Amino acid sequence: MRTFFVQLVRELRSIFHTPVAYVVIAFFAGLMGFNFQMFVSLLNKQPAEVMILDVVFYNGLFIFVFAFIAALITMRSFAEEFRLGTVEMLMTAPVKDWHVVLAKFFGASIFFAILLMPTAACFWVFDIVTHGAPAARSVGAIASAYILLLMLGMLFISIGVFASSLVRDQVNAAVITLAVTILYLFIPMAAERLLNITDPRVKEVYEFFDPLQHIVDFSKGVVDTRRIVWYLSATGLFVFLTHHIFHSRKLKAS
Amino acid sequence: MIKVEQLTKKYGSFTAVDGISFQVDKGEIVGFLGPNGAGKSTTMKMLTSYLPASSGRASIAGFDVFDQSIEARRRMGYLPENTPLYPDMKVGEYLRYRAALKGVPRSKMRERVGDVLDLCQIADRENQLIGSLSKGYRQRVGLADALVHDPDLLILDEPTIGLDPNQIRTVRELIKSLAQKRTVLISTHILPEVEMMCSRVIVIHRGSIRASDTAENLLKNHRSVGELRLEARAGEGAANALRSIAGVKDVTESRDGDWNIFKLRLDANAKPGEEIMKLARERNWPVRDLHQKSATLEDVFADLTTSDK
Ligand SMILES: Nc1ncnc2c1ncn2[C@@H]1O[C@H](COP(=O)(O)OP(=O)(O)OP(=O)(O)O)[C@@H](O)[C@H]1O
Ligand SMILES: [Mg+2]
Repeated sequence: MRTFFVQLVRELRSIFHTPVAYVVIAFFAGLMGFNFQMFVSLLNKQPAEVMILDVVFYNGLFIFVFAFIAALITMRSFAEEFRLGTVEMLMTAPVKDWHVVLAKFFGASIFFAILLMPTAACFWVFDIVTHGAPAARSVGAIASAYILLLMLGMLFISIGVFASSLVRDQVNAAVITLAVTILYLFIPMAAERLLNITDPRVKEVYEFFDPLQHIVDFSKGVVDTRRIVWYLSATGLFVFLTHHIFHSRKLKAS
Repeated sequence: MIKVEQLTKKYGSFTAVDGISFQVDKGEIVGFLGPNGAGKSTTMKMLTSYLPASSGRASIAGFDVFDQSIEARRRMGYLPENTPLYPDMKVGEYLRYRAALKGVPRSKMRERVGDVLDLCQIADRENQLIGSLSKGYRQRVGLADALVHDPDLLILDEPTIGLDPNQIRTVRELIKSLAQKRTVLISTHILPEVEMMCSRVIVIHRGSIRASDTAENLLKNHRSVGELRLEARAGEGAANALRSIAGVKDVTESRDGDWNIFKLRLDANAKPGEEIMKLARERNWPVRDLHQKSATLEDVFADLTTSDK
């Protein structure tokens, strides 16, 4: 178990020691702040039925940024080890494949969680300034919205780590991650907004996968366990596949 | 310490290591010798359980490198060829990470890392980024890494490559001194290195073992085609007379002023020096030089690894 934590610390360190990490943090906090400010001023002009939480998160731009962040923080994880050849050093130390795979996944996930934290401050400030206006919503709703964001982020990270295990070049890893995650975000959005599908059965299917829909539900405080199961099992599947690829790739020493 | 039985590695249809078997006992320093592409690194990668064997088995300290790979890995320090390292880490930081990964207890961390920094003479580079180190220093960091958990067995793939002559000497001394309580398997192309450090040599060529013995025995038993050089003022027919001496295969003659220079190719293990002196005395040849070149490890190596047997 110690090797897992040793490796986890090493992964976190390797993420935080790249300038990219700080660019991502600054960019994300800035975007989030801008987003928040925009909607607050919108609400100021015309009191609306919408809730601040829905509005801030129900925003395509915001969610697409997740795809880029996941690609940026996971692209190096395995690809770089294979490119540098350090995978040979790593895997001839007494460490299990699983520990390495999980350390890389959780390392990126922890970074992602840290990334989300400052954005929560917006709601906290809003709550203080408005003396708990109903638009700020309850702590529970905010918490469940963040749980969903974290799960979505971890799903993307598992896809990113998986992509990185497939290739030797980190840019290729990033491209694969972006392609898969953006497609995943885009399909339900396209189904709803472009195709105007009205068949309720089809609608139900794509809504089940639509992260924007999930965010709306969760930020209303509606915690649907089916969604949680979906995110956790999809993430688990990618982590499992990563282990499988890493293991068999190591055997071929490519 | 190492036991290898019928170990084979195939890359597709190409057999890189072909059913080799050998054993290395505790305390031995064994040189793994072979030309480029002989299969040295491939064998080492299988021993360190980085590559799975196509067939056969190997064990380290009684632990199968595949089935009990974690236990086997705990007991060895490995320096891969080319020493892959993380360029964005500092030397000390890297060694502490590696020590922790290899299970050095926290209480011993400072001591172990300090020891290997001193041993490999990189204490003054502790806070330097690995990416900015010269090749030789990277090599030393790799060696420090291999040593940091104080393993019983060291597997070193060309540890002196890229080092300056002084460093080569230091590293050889280091490896020799380590060997007092450890077992070392070291691959190299450098023949004097083997003679200097190793208690035994395993010569591998095209994936199979050609010889496994001490350097001395290899030289002694090597049925080399020896060469003898004679410089004398000899008359007509000298070459033919020399040719008739037992053990002489062939004579070539050249001239240096008044002097005849004869090069004699000899049969294996022939020592015709005495006969030649007798002949020279009988015919009153003034002799200014007579010497037989003895086989070097280089000859042995060339002989074992150029044939396609
Ligand atoms: N991944 C691979 N795929 C295919 N062939 C390989 C692979 N790795 C090594 N080989 C081949 O296996 C043979 C043995 O290679 P190996 O690296 O073990 O040689 P070596 O004895 O270490 O040589 P050197 O002295 O050059 O380091 C070579 O012919 C090499 O081309
Ligand atoms: Mg090699």
